[in-house]
Order: sequence, then C-alpha cells, then structure tokens
Amino acid sequence: MITAGVDVGAKTIKVVVLDGETTRARAVALGGLDTRSALAQAFGEALQAAGLGRSDLSGVVATGAGRKLVEGADDLVSEVSAAARGATFLFPTARTAIDVGAEEGRAVRCTEGGKVDDSAVNEKCAAGAGTFAEAMARALQVDVEELGRMSLRSTMAVPMNAQCTVFAESEVISLLHAKTPKEDISRAVHDAIASRITSMVRKVGFQKDVVLIGGMAKNPGFVDAMKRSLESEVLVPDGPEFIGALGAALLAADRVEERA
Amino acid sequence: MAVEFWRWKEYNWHDPSIDPRAAAVLSAGVDVGSVSSQAVVMSDGRLYAYSNMRTGSDSPESARKAMEWALEGTGLTLADIQYVVGTGYGRVNVAFAQRAITEIACHARGANFMYGPAVRTVLDMGGQDCKAIRCDEKGKVQAFLMNDKCAAGTGRGMEVMADLLSVPIEEVGELSLSVAEEPPPVSSTCVVFAKSEASGLLRDGWPKNRVLAAYCSAMAHRVCSLLERVGVEREFAITGGIAKNAGVVVRLERELGVSALKTEMDSQIAGAVGAALFARGLYLKSKE
Repeated sequence: MITAGVDVGAKTIKVVVLDGETTRARAVALGGLDTRSALAQAFGEALQAAGLGRSDLSGVVATGAGRKLVEGADDLVSEVSAAARGATFLFPTARTAIDVGAEEGRAVRCTEGGKVDDSAVNEKCAAGAGTFAEAMARALQVDVEELGRMSLRSTMAVPMNAQCTVFAESEVISLLHAKTPKEDISRAVHDAIASRITSMVRKVGFQKDVVLIGGMAKNPGFVDAMKRSLESEVLVPDGPEFIGALGAALLAADRVEERA
Repeated sequence: MAVEFWRWKEYNWHDPSIDPRAAAVLSAGVDVGSVSSQAVVMSDGRLYAYSNMRTGSDSPESARKAMEWALEGTGLTLADIQYVVGTGYGRVNVAFAQRAITEIACHARGANFMYGPAVRTVLDMGGQDCKAIRCDEKGKVQAFLMNDKCAAGTGRGMEVMADLLSVPIEEVGELSLSVAEEPPPVSSTCVVFAKSEASGLLRDGWPKNRVLAAYCSAMAHRVCSLLERVGVEREFAITGGIAKNAGVVVRLERELGVSALKTEMDSQIAGAVGAALFARGLYLKSKE
C-alpha cells in the first residue's frame, strides 16, 4: 500500500511517499509567500521521484500548522500525533519525541503503540524554536549551519540572561563587543533553546528513549545541548525534518487498514 | 548608512528662569536604563535641568555623558551637585553617585512629583521592560509587577515594528490613530512572530497605519493584563518612552476605561526625577 504524508510547517513543507514500511520518496519546499503553490510543487516532486501518480496513493494525511491548505487530504492530524507515530516507528523504544521546528517546540510522551500520552507545545514565543537560532546566527553573522558546528568547538560555558529573542540579539552583540569567542556564544544560544525545551519535556514527564526530530535536530550544536540538558542520550533519525510527514503517511496507512 | 527609523532624538533642557547658584540644595538623579539614560538636576526640589540619551554599550560612560549633558549650558559642574542617586538597570554603574535606588521606587516617587500626589497606579513602559506600580499619596511603592522577560509591551518591540515599516518611532502613535476603522489586533504576542505577521499584513495590501494600529492595540492589550494583575486604582499615570506614543496610550485608556493623567514634563525622566528627589532627601538627612 502506498500513502503520502504532508507536513505544512511554519517555514517549510515536507512530503513523504511511503510504500509499506519503506520511504519511496521525500521532498521539501519553502512555504514562502504562496503556500499553495509551494505545496503543489513539493507534492509533485515527491510523486515524480517515486515514479507515481496521484491515483497510486491509497491515502493522504496532512499535518502541520498549515494542514488545512492540503486539498484532497483524507484526514488532518495534529503535529504531536504525527511526531509520536513517526518517532516510534523508527525507534520502537522511544517514549519521548521532541519536535523543534521553525516556530514551535513540542514535547510528546508516546505510548508503546506510537500514540500520544501527553504533550506540551510552545507556539507563543520564538525562544525555544528554530527562529531563535536563525536570529542569533544573523547577529553573529554566520549561517545557521555554521552556528551549529561552531558551538561544538566551544571551550567555555558563558551564560545568556535573555530569554526573549529580541533581547537575546542585543545580548549576543554585547558578548561580541566583550570579545567573547563566537564558538562560546553559539553554545550559549543552543543551551538557551535546550533549556526551554527541557522544561517542556519535564512537564510531560521525561521517559527514555528520547528521539529528537524537526529541522532543529539537524543542528549538531543543538543536539549536543539537548544531551547535556537532559543528561541523556538522544536519538536522531536520518532526515529529522521529515518525521512529521512520515508519521502522517503512516497514519494514512493505518487509516486505510482500519477501514479494510 | 541606512536610515534607522527606531533612532529617536537625544536632547537636553534647562530652565533659564531658575538661578541654581541661589539654591540651598542641588541634587541629581541618573537613570541608566537598558535603552535610554536620563540625568535630572533639581534646584531645591524644583526641576532645573535634564538630558535624555541612548545608553551605549558602556554603562558607566553613558551615566557620565548623561550627567554632563544635563549640566551643559547651565554653568554648573558635577562638583556643584551635593548629592547624586543612581537608578535603573545600570544604577550600580553610576560611579559618581552616592547611592543607588531601584527604578521601581524612583518611578513611583517621580510620578508623584510629575503627575501629582493623587497618582495611585504608575505604568512605566520602558525600553526593555514594563512595570505596573501601585503607590500611596507620598509616592511610596505598595505593590508592583514587572515584565522584563519578553519584548512584547516594551519600547524595543515598538522599535522593531518602526524599523519594519520604515516609520520614524516618534510618528508611530499618531499614524496608528489615523485609521478610519480599528483593525483586529495582531494575534502574536511574541515580537518576532508579530513581525512576520505584520509582514504578511503588508503583503496582503494593508496600509502602514492599519498595521501599526493592529500592533499598538496588541501592545495595549498585553500591558492591560499586567495592569489588571496589580489592580488599577485611580489616578493612573504612564511614564517611560511609550507614554509618548498616543497610539498605545489611547488604546490602553479605551481598554481600561480610565484616562491617564497628563503632565507638561517629559514622561521619560520620571525615574531620574524620583532619584533626584531621593538625593535631595538623603542630602538633607545627612546634614541633620
């Protein structure tokens, strides 16, 4: 059975085409100004890469903040449901899924069957999400990939007092003026995000194993900061930004099976 | 260099009708805030001179500059001032002050002087924080609440929006009031998200005044919740930079159903005025 999952995030749109338990194709597009055409583009690209047409799909499930924009979806699911299903599919021992995207952070306590036991979401504040890292990278005048790598070379922990992204920008500039090495500032940035996420994880009740997904999981500095903050190993799948879409595709398959 | 729309003008002032040489006590207050610094000189408890400027990256230097600038053209030097109190976020950096006092106490005391002893609730909307203070008829603090964690509801948040829309910060308030009909407020609390929301509204064809109206009303609403937690008792006064933004003040008054007291004086100097009054009191006490 072939299904597709579409994750319409705040910044990017991810599509996964799933054949049984195998990912046949995945595609990503920047949401940009015209989300609908970006959506069509990502969907078309994924189908083309899989060598399939729309009619080959037995089901399509959409998730993400903009999921209502997905026309013809058989079902819409929350980001936390998709995260729990995707994370436990890849790592059956996972009990906590942490999903950090561009504008939201989520902590999900998962059941053995990949359902949501409890969850916490931050959608009100840019601190604790990818936007924060991007703003700090701008202040440091490095790209966000470099920000992640740089923090691994840090030799000293420096505190960041500001929680708010706007104030943290000024603090980063002050730290630069005080000749603090960029590597150490970068680590402080990731530690700040990690500490916000960790408090959400504690709220839902921390259980191992932990899987880190979402675009921020591609940032090695952040992964390292999460390990330190949780004092735990953290599992990171290949293509962590696609796990929401993968979860949606799996839920699409579950749905077809239930109906059969 | 690109135009920086958030960049407000710095200034100093003194009252030529006062002869400070005739004063028994010359006291000063220096308020080193996170964004702006003010120095106030009082001649026997009357407002004589002040300055208002941006705080640089070096707080001790900013404090010194603000004081020098307040004294400029008065013929006075720092040596003529008998007692100086430092306040604000950088109060410990006022090297020439005899004492440091919290900005909460100074704002309450300053508002009492500037708006009169009937003031019971002071809302200080500063550059990087926002404080709701309840005080008695002597300007003594009875309760306060503060948001210093988040840029929403602060001058810094307004600066971000002024820059996005390329509107000089001093013009934001009036422009926001020029809308024919009040739009719904911006839905994001977070300044970073509000900024993307505002960009979206501009793309949708909203004129600048409408976007500013939506932002000012969101800011007013945000501040209202802080005020309501401390309890608004009349009379009510607003101090700090945002008090000069009619777009926020009018919407705040509308939501609270209370009008704010007006003053001829500069709302941004309230903290430094309070500090200068404390300085006068401390000097007199030291002479007893």
